[in-house]
Amino acid sequence: MKSQGLIRSVTKSAIAAGMLATAAFSAPAYAGPTLDKINQRGAIKVGVGTTPGFFAPDSSGKWQGFFIDYGRALSIAVFGNPDKVEFTNSSPQQRLPALQSGEFDVLLSGVTVTITRAFKLGFHFGPTIFYDGQGILVRKDLGVTKAADLDGATIGAQSGTTGELNVADFFRKTGKKFTPVTIEDTGQFIAALESGRVDAITQDSSDLVGKRTQLKKPDDYIVLPERLSKEPLAPAVAGGDDRWLEIVNWTVNATIQAEEWGITSKNVDEFLKSEDPAIQRFLGVDPALGEAIGLDPKWAYNIIKAVGNYGEIFDRHLKPLGWDRGYNRLWTDGGLLYSPPFR
Amino acid sequence: MTETAPISAQHRARHFFSRLRIGLFGSVANTIVTLCTLALLAWLIPAFLKWAVFDATWAGDQSACAARAGACWAFVSAKLRFMFLAFYPQELQWRPVAVILILVTLFSASALPRFWRKELLSAWPVAVLACWLLLAGGYGLSPVSSNHWGGLPVTLFVWAVCFASATPIAILLALARRSRFGGLRTLSIIYIEVMRGTPMVAILYVAMLILPMALPGAQFDKMIRAMIMITLFWAAYVAEVVRAGLQAIPSGQEEAATALGIGYWRTMQLVILPQALRLVIPGLVNLAIGFLLATSLLAVIGIFDLLNAARASATDPGWLGFYNEAYFVAAIVYFVICFSASRYSLWLERRLRADTRI
Repeated sequence: MKSQGLIRSVTKSAIAAGMLATAAFSAPAYAGPTLDKINQRGAIKVGVGTTPGFFAPDSSGKWQGFFIDYGRALSIAVFGNPDKVEFTNSSPQQRLPALQSGEFDVLLSGVTVTITRAFKLGFHFGPTIFYDGQGILVRKDLGVTKAADLDGATIGAQSGTTGELNVADFFRKTGKKFTPVTIEDTGQFIAALESGRVDAITQDSSDLVGKRTQLKKPDDYIVLPERLSKEPLAPAVAGGDDRWLEIVNWTVNATIQAEEWGITSKNVDEFLKSEDPAIQRFLGVDPALGEAIGLDPKWAYNIIKAVGNYGEIFDRHLKPLGWDRGYNRLWTDGGLLYSPPFR
Repeated sequence: MTETAPISAQHRARHFFSRLRIGLFGSVANTIVTLCTLALLAWLIPAFLKWAVFDATWAGDQSACAARAGACWAFVSAKLRFMFLAFYPQELQWRPVAVILILVTLFSASALPRFWRKELLSAWPVAVLACWLLLAGGYGLSPVSSNHWGGLPVTLFVWAVCFASATPIAILLALARRSRFGGLRTLSIIYIEVMRGTPMVAILYVAMLILPMALPGAQFDKMIRAMIMITLFWAAYVAEVVRAGLQAIPSGQEEAATALGIGYWRTMQLVILPQALRLVIPGLVNLAIGFLLATSLLAVIGIFDLLNAARASATDPGWLGFYNEAYFVAAIVYFVICFSASRYSLWLERRLRADTRI
């Protein structure tokens, strides 16, 4: 009893101290404390996860992936150099508190934008860079092409996740039956599917696409087109540094805008000769825009030159894993990606 | 042992076989266990060999492996460096390799009673400092952020440093828990029970999340924070083992020392602790094995220890999903360390028993 009381009071005072500390850090909103820290340190600290295609170490121990390229793009925007960025892996439970405590300057770990995270945790989200959603991976021999046709199937979901709840909601809506099988460890999903213990598994489709490539016969399985949930993944920053947030916003927008104009890492130099005043502003041929916002006028040019536009980043990391652009097409192609104007 | 005459090789062989027969088929229960084990092995070994040898892929890339059903050792050869050293810069990789060598030498020397001298005690801080310098850089070595450390050097380093620093704290805690001063005793009991009643994962989260918020001025490195908390956590466990040793020493010894006018600390240092610690060495080795395996929990705060690096190596799209092979390699490393530690503990126990035999 005594010891419990002690823990409680220690925890209380620790939390109180923590809140004081956070308050002290986040009070001067205009001063840009995050950006100050970044400049002082000479590097951006980025929190990432480990999901194939999105962030994974290669054989030489360098981070590679879709979100990793955005980390490099931010480094170019701030320092003009893609390597002034430190990627740190963190577990899902730890990411958000670590962003709050200032351990990271930005999370590029596939955080879903939600209202509680914005209001209660005080995070700001950049533009959604990946529209994900919960999907269902099924054996083809069930003869099912859309989720609404699934009836009486045995579906594996990770225990304790929203995935488990979403699939139950979905079947309540369609009025069909299913047998849930909860699986503790996502590593066992594949074994369960291949051994026939389950007919289908459900998870965020970003994970399912990776899982499908690990199956012995990937062609015997398909990811159904429906998404049972909305999972918009966006960069997240702690509140209190508006300028840093804007740099994150417009770095992402620059990759989207470049794709809209057809500017790629290969042809960007030809676009320097473009007569279009919007492109001249964008690439810094006309330095007025860069000077007005206080960034290197060539910042967008440098980003496109080094990491490419959105489509190039996507094709480099996600296409080889069997990803389809889906919602992540430009708005001009019927997708959801849309950059505000650069002017 | 009553046989004193030299035993001929033939005799020894016969002796060995008769012992084997008695051991394996001496009773009905033994026979059943033996047959079951043989059946299990007959079932497992062919399947394992098929996976690990006959159907395995030894060279090539991911697609070569995907074409065959067995293990993909080509993956292991491509990823071995990453599993053992993780993100450490490739051009500086002699440094973590040197750390592994230093630590293995240090462990081996510490394990042999003939090296148990004062010099060994001072060798520890020197070796640990050298390892830190090699990993972190400085003094002419280019600096490497702890963010890039990983793999086996981190596993061994955290294990060695935390266990070594936990031991003195643990001795003080164990003494305090047996102290005559009620306040000291209560504090020690509270500390030990709180730590033992908390999961190590929670301790790591405290290191990761609460400490930087509670001490905003002190921006410690993540690795140092984790190591401080692990040390404090392990100290509680080691303290209980040490206390068991203290309790095994008859109180007459302490009373005799007091009667001779020897002070408390001298009594502990010269009379009680040498005997008590010697008694609990097997228990400490047992704890050390458990702690080595517990270092894999560092993964929850994003540190790439050996196991986490092995796991991450199978997320590379170029080599996707070879988890079995990755875990197999990690398992072998853990097994080699733990098995040698446990054999060592048995050997030491026999030897110390021989030493203390009257």
